[in-house]
Amino acid sequence: MAAPLCLLLTRPRMVWLFALVVSGTAFLTSILLLQQVMVSGTIVYELGGWKAPWGIEYRIDQLSAFLLLIISAVSTVVLLAAHTSIQQEIPASRHRLFYVLYLLSLAGMLGIVATGDAFNVFVFLEISSLSAYALIALGKDRRALWAAYQYLIMGTIGATFILIGIGLMYQMTGTLNMHDLSVRLPAVEHTRTVFTAFAFIIVGVCLKLALFPLHLWLPNAYAYAPSIVTAFFAATATKVAIYLLIRFTFSIFGLSFSFTALPLQILFLVLGLLGVFVASTAAIYQTNVKHLFAYSSIAQVGYMIIGFSMTTATGLMATLLHLFNHALMKSALFLALGAVMYRIGSVQLSQFQGLGRQMPLTMAAIVIGGLSLIGVPLTVGFVSKWYLVLAVIENGWWPVAVLILLASLLAVVYVWRIVEVAYFKPPLAANESVTEAPLSFLVPIWILVVANLYFGIDTRLSIEVAQAAAQSLFGVSP
Amino acid sequence: MSASLTSMSLASMLQFSIILPMLATLAIVATGRKPNLREAVTISTCLVLLYFVINLYQGIKRGESISVTWWELLPGLQVSFNIEPLGMLFALIASFLWLITTVYAIGYMRDHGEHNQTRFYACFAIAIGSVMGIAFAANLFTLFIFYEILTLSTYPLVTHAGTEKAKRGGRVYLGILLGTSIVFFLLAIVSTWFVAGTLDFTPGGVFDANVNKTVAGVLLVLFIFGIGKAAIMPFHRWLPAAMVAPTPVSALLHAVAVVKAGVFTVLKVCVFIFGLDLLSVLPSTQFLLYLAGASVLLASLVAMRQDNLKARLAYSTVSQLGYVTIGALLATSAGVMGSSMHIAMHAFGKITLFFCAGAILVAAHKSKISEMHGLGRQMPITMAAFFIASLSIIGVPPAGGTWSKWFLLMGTMETEQWILMAVLMISSLLNIAYLIPIPFRAFFPGGGTSSAGIGIKEAPLASLIALCITAVGSVVLFVYPQPLYDLARAILVIPG
Repeated sequence: MAAPLCLLLTRPRMVWLFALVVSGTAFLTSILLLQQVMVSGTIVYELGGWKAPWGIEYRIDQLSAFLLLIISAVSTVVLLAAHTSIQQEIPASRHRLFYVLYLLSLAGMLGIVATGDAFNVFVFLEISSLSAYALIALGKDRRALWAAYQYLIMGTIGATFILIGIGLMYQMTGTLNMHDLSVRLPAVEHTRTVFTAFAFIIVGVCLKLALFPLHLWLPNAYAYAPSIVTAFFAATATKVAIYLLIRFTFSIFGLSFSFTALPLQILFLVLGLLGVFVASTAAIYQTNVKHLFAYSSIAQVGYMIIGFSMTTATGLMATLLHLFNHALMKSALFLALGAVMYRIGSVQLSQFQGLGRQMPLTMAAIVIGGLSLIGVPLTVGFVSKWYLVLAVIENGWWPVAVLILLASLLAVVYVWRIVEVAYFKPPLAANESVTEAPLSFLVPIWILVVANLYFGIDTRLSIEVAQAAAQSLFGVSP
Repeated sequence: MSASLTSMSLASMLQFSIILPMLATLAIVATGRKPNLREAVTISTCLVLLYFVINLYQGIKRGESISVTWWELLPGLQVSFNIEPLGMLFALIASFLWLITTVYAIGYMRDHGEHNQTRFYACFAIAIGSVMGIAFAANLFTLFIFYEILTLSTYPLVTHAGTEKAKRGGRVYLGILLGTSIVFFLLAIVSTWFVAGTLDFTPGGVFDANVNKTVAGVLLVLFIFGIGKAAIMPFHRWLPAAMVAPTPVSALLHAVAVVKAGVFTVLKVCVFIFGLDLLSVLPSTQFLLYLAGASVLLASLVAMRQDNLKARLAYSTVSQLGYVTIGALLATSAGVMGSSMHIAMHAFGKITLFFCAGAILVAAHKSKISEMHGLGRQMPITMAAFFIASLSIIGVPPAGGTWSKWFLLMGTMETEQWILMAVLMISSLLNIAYLIPIPFRAFFPGGGTSSAGIGIKEAPLASLIALCITAVGSVVLFVYPQPLYDLARAILVIPG
C-alpha cells in the first residue's frame, strides 16, 4: 500500500526492487496474520481510532487471511519475473508507471479482502479496477487498448451495481459496517429494497468474477495485457470477486436470506456448469494460448461457483481450496507463457512448435500446470477436484458429479493440443535460435510449479485453512 | 553395498522397490550421454529391484506382514503400502520381466537405431516404479495415484517414434485411459469413500452387508469401466492404438505392466473392495460377465482378421484380459485363483510373442503375417519360441496357460455359467486358429514361396536370450506351478 513512493524513485531497477520489497513484506505480514487468526480468531483493527459503526474497521477472519496470503504470495513471486518481462513488452519510459499501477492494484485487492466496511469495499474495488484497466492498456498489442476499454465498461457497470446495492442497504439500515449490517438486515429483510440491493450486488459481483455469461471482458483482457499483469490478475482478480460473493451472501445477508430470496442455488449451479462446459469448449478452439488459458480460467470459476452453489461446508471448502489451487496453477501457467512471449514474442499456438526441445524447463512447467488443471493426482488440481466431487456426491447430485468429471476431459483436450504442438513438431525456421528462458523467469515459474506439486502432496495447510474458513462462515451465518 | 542391502528391513525394502526405479530415472538421465553406463545403471537397478522383491516374497512366505505408511494426503486418506499375495505375485512378474525386457531392449534399440534412448529408459523406469506402487498399494487411493502416473509415464513411450501415426495412437491411448480413469474410476472411488468411509483393501470387502444393492451394482459397473487398462470391450481401443510403440514397450507395458495393472486392479477391487460374497449377489455382475465374455469372443474374432502381427497380438491381449475379468467376477475361489494365475501365465506367453514379433522386425524387417511364410528357416529359434508361447496362450500342455484356464473353467462350472464356459472353449479354439498358423507356415511354407538359401539370420543375441528365457519360463510354469499356486491360493486365505 505504498505505491505513491514509487514515483519518487527514478531508476527502474530500484523501483522493481522496491515493489518487490513491498509485496514481500505484505506476504510476510499475511503469513503472520494467518497464523494469528488460526490461533486466536478474528482480528479487528479500527482505522484512525474511531469505533466501529462510525469509523472504518478492518476485520480479518480466516477467510480474509487466507485470501490475503494467496494474493500477496502470488504477487511476490510474479514480481520476481517482472523486471525481465516488462523490458520486452513495455517501453522503458513507462516502467515506473507499471510498478505504481501494480502496487496500487495489489493494495486495492488486499484492501477489499481486509476491510470490514461495505463502502470501503467499493473504494478499494475501484482502486484495484482502475489501475487494472490502465495496466491492461499498457500491453504491447494495440488490441490491448480495446480490451482495456471493454473491461472498463463492464467493470464499471459491475462496480456501479455494487455501489447501488450498498447504497440501498445503507438507506435501509443506516450502517455500512459489515458486522452491523448482518445484525440489522434480518429485521428489514422482507422489504423490496433489500431484495433489490441484494440482486444488484450479486449481479455486480458476478460481472467482476466473470461468471458465465458475464465473462465477455475476460479473454481479451487477459490475452492482450502484459504477461506479468495476466499472471497476476489470473491468479487474483477473479478470486477477490469470489471472496466478495462469499462475504456478501454468507456474512452480510446471511445464508437463509441469500438462498431463499433468489433461486440462487439452481441459478449458480446451472450457470457454473454451463460456464465450465462452454468455456472449456471455447478454450479448445483458441489459437492464442493466452486466450486458451483465459477461457480455462472462466471454466475454473465455474467449478468454484458450483462448489459455492451447494451451500454445504464441504462445497464451500471445495470452492476455497480451488481458489487457492487455481491461483497456483494459473499464475505458473501464465508466467510460463510470459517466458515464451519473452523469447519468441508471440503466444500463438503455431509458434509453440518444437519448444519442447528448445525451452524444456518452461514447457515442462506448462505440462505440469496443465496436468494440475486436469486434476491428476499429486497436483493441487486433484485435491480440489476430489473435494468438489465429494461435496457434490454428499449432496446426492450424481449427474453433476459426472458432468464435472466429463468437463475435466475437455481440459485434457486443450492442454494436450499444446503438448502435441510443442513436442511433436520441429521448430519453426524463424525460431531455431530460441533458447531456454532466463533464470529470472525460471526461478519464479518453478517456485510456482513446485508449489503446485507440494500442495498437491502435503495438503495440510490449504485444507486446514479452507476448512476453518468454511466452518467459521457457517458458524456466523444465522 | 551388499552388506547394507542384506541388513535392510523388509519394510524399507518395500519402500525402496518403489523409490528405486524412480531414483534410477535420475541416474539414467544423468548418464544419458554414455550409453554403456546408462544401460549398466538400468540393469543394476533391475537386479537390485528383483533382489528386493524376492526378499519380500520370502518374507511373505514366512507369514510376516509388511506395511508402510508414507503420509496422509487428504484427511483420512493415506498413501500407504501393504503386501498381500496377489500384489506379491504381480510384483514378482513385473520385476522379473523388467529385467528380461531390459536385456531385450538393449539389443533391439541399438540394432534398430532408435533415437531418444535415454528418454526411453527413463520413462521405462518410472513406469516400473509405479507398477510396484500399484502392486503394493494398501488402499484404492494409493493405487489410483500410481495408476495415473503409469498412464502418464507410458505416454512418451507410446509416442516414442514421434511420427504423425504415433501422435494419433498416443491421443487414443491417453484419451481413453485418462478419460475412463477420471470419469468412471475417480467417481467410483469418491463414491466408495462416501458410502463406505474407507478405501483400504480389506479382505471380504469394505461395504456393510446391508449396503444398497443398486448403488453397489452401479459402483461395480463404474469400476469395471473405469479401469480402462483392463481393456474391456467398449474401452479397448487404446491397446491396438498403443502398438505404434517400439516393440520392447509393447512387450513389457502392453503385455505385462499396463494391462496387468488393469486386471490386477479389477481383481483387487472385486476381492478386497466388494468381497466375493457381495459380488455374487449384485445385479450388475451378470451383465458385466457377459460383457467380458463378449469382449473375449469379439476380440478373438477381430484378431483373426489382422495381418499386422503386433495388431493381432494386441487383440489377442484384449481377449485374454477378458478371461481375467471373468475370473474375478465369477466370485468363486477357483475363479479368483484362475485369474491371478492367468495374469502370470499370460504375461510370460504374451511377452514371448511380442519379443518374437520384435525380433522378426529387427532381423527380417517384416511386420505382416502374410510375409512370414518360410521364416522358420531363417529364424528357427525365434519361431520355436513363438510356437511354445502360442501353446501357452491357447492353454494346452506343456505350457503354463493350461493351469489358469483349467481353474477358470472350474470356476464357470461351479457357478453354472454354461454360456461363459462355452465362450472360454470357443475362444481357445479361436486362439488356435489365429496363432498356430503363424509358426506353422513359417516352418512349412509349402509351395514355391519358400525363401530358402537365405541361411540363418537371427535377432541380436541379447534379444534372442531374452525371448528364450521367457519361452522356457512358460514351460517351467507348467511343470512347476506350485509356488504360483500357493500364492494364488493364499490370496483368499491369509487376511490382509
